[in-house]
Amino acid sequence: MSLSINDVYKVARLARLGVTEQEAQTAHAQLLTIFSLIAEMQAVDTNGIAPMSHAQDITQRLREDVVTEHNQRELFQAAAPQIKKGLYLVPQVIE
Amino acid sequence: MLNSSLLQLGAALRSKKISSVELTQLYLHRIAALNSKLNAYITVNEEMSLVQARAADAQLAQSETHALTGIPIAQKDIFCAMGWRTTCGSKMLSNFIAPYDAHVIEQFNRVGAVNLGKTNMDEFAMGSSNETSYFGTVKNPWGHNAVPGGSSGGSAAAVSAHLCAAATGTDTGGSIRQPAALCGISGLKPTYGVVSRYGMIAFASSLDQAGPMAHSAEDLALLLNVMAGFDERDSTSLQRETEDYARDLNKPLNGLRIGLPKEFFAAGLSADVAQAIEASIAEYKKLGASVVDINLPNSRLSIPVYYVLAPAEASSNLSRYDGVRYGYRAPEYTNLADMYEKSRAQGFGEEVKRRIMIGTYVLSHGYYDAYYLQAQKIRRLIAQDFVEAFKQCDVIMGPTTPTTAFNLGEKNDDPVQMYLSDIYTIAVNLAGLPGMSIPAGFGGNGLPVGLQIIGNYFDEARMLNVAHQYQQVTDWHTRTPQHIEV
Repeated sequence: MSLSINDVYKVARLARLGVTEQEAQTAHAQLLTIFSLIAEMQAVDTNGIAPMSHAQDITQRLREDVVTEHNQRELFQAAAPQIKKGLYLVPQVIE
Repeated sequence: MLNSSLLQLGAALRSKKISSVELTQLYLHRIAALNSKLNAYITVNEEMSLVQARAADAQLAQSETHALTGIPIAQKDIFCAMGWRTTCGSKMLSNFIAPYDAHVIEQFNRVGAVNLGKTNMDEFAMGSSNETSYFGTVKNPWGHNAVPGGSSGGSAAAVSAHLCAAATGTDTGGSIRQPAALCGISGLKPTYGVVSRYGMIAFASSLDQAGPMAHSAEDLALLLNVMAGFDERDSTSLQRETEDYARDLNKPLNGLRIGLPKEFFAAGLSADVAQAIEASIAEYKKLGASVVDINLPNSRLSIPVYYVLAPAEASSNLSRYDGVRYGYRAPEYTNLADMYEKSRAQGFGEEVKRRIMIGTYVLSHGYYDAYYLQAQKIRRLIAQDFVEAFKQCDVIMGPTTPTTAFNLGEKNDDPVQMYLSDIYTIAVNLAGLPGMSIPAGFGGNGLPVGLQIIGNYFDEARMLNVAHQYQQVTDWHTRTPQHIEV
């Protein structure tokens, strides 16, 4: 399964990364060499091996369903590129 | 004063030989003089550091103080520190002022340590040479044409050049150990889950772990005592009894079994690094240790596995940078999708975009089983190799890196060559084990060599003991780069 230039455009769109034609071509060449390195994995027999998603075999800790955070809207919105009346501004999405 | 250990600095502060304000100013002056050459710091804020130093002096005037009260520590710019610009080495966060403290920062604040500034790093910790930083390359204090390593390259260079008493780093695939090795300092990546990831900007969450970087194992133990601890805000933080990581420093090493993985001494290891590592193993034998040959047969797969899992997790973690709630927003755009695409295209650097694309691809429909699931299965095989190995030995040793520091620009255009420089460190992250690097001599070019010590889960105190005993009979960790005046 060789990665095509169309795959690069598709992946860039999924990841919301704008790419120029030149950038897509460079990325394509580099991703091909990286995936040839990754291909080494395919020959390994992993039948019956459980996937390891985490370094420790522990279950997710749960907590009481109570409010722990207080409202810090102004502090957190201070880092936003554009706000108005306590709301985040984005380009119009509804006609 | 600059050559003092953290214990000695603490004693000087408590006996009023020097105040925290004076010590902080001493480092700030060095940073002002040397940072233009080394570029180890992204952000220095004299006033904020001195406020903490004055508070520490007030604390020191009373009786109850901590070993690190008043000591200036450099923080990797991946840790959110309230009121401090926190960039993660990226244009995306170049104007981001953190509105809260990471757990690691809280822990240092709690004991009255001084935040001396935020150190340079590869963008979002993705890199092995510090060359992907938006804020420019860090120079290795041992040779200005050499890379300092990455991603915690600024912290390593700052410790090496005495631009701080000690520093913090994070390690996802070797980002504490590799720069520590290349800059001739000591660095420790704890067992996954020992240090909270709260407020530490996420790269690959199942691998990221913070740890200390300093001159000696003794210093590392004091720092880890502060950094470690349960934190309910990180769902992977482990609930364990509090440990004193310095408790075993002075134990003799009689009977210690050192495992030497034959895979770490095979083709690809440069002769000068091999020689330095063999000499340090010989030193350990003199200290009473014995050597066992071990195998880590799946470790050769750690790089392909890592370059599936880490980008997959990164592509998910970095989806939060949308130009809406915080971070960079492109100046011009036509609609919402265009704003996302332009903000992310302009805000992220090449390596970060490359990894987001790899991760998005391996998680996409039709490829998930072949790449992501297969990588997770091999991750278990790699971890099991270590379980088998630790039945025969107490610690594992080998080189931290295959060569000493390479030159700036040398591997820049070839991502695969860059990735291969982490061949000995990545397996440790995949298994979640603790690993460290300590100075072990110099290569043919006069650049430092690092000895890697890998321990079993939660065996940090023993690893620090093993490193400390070596540092009692060698002086590699006390060497200072030629052109750096102390």
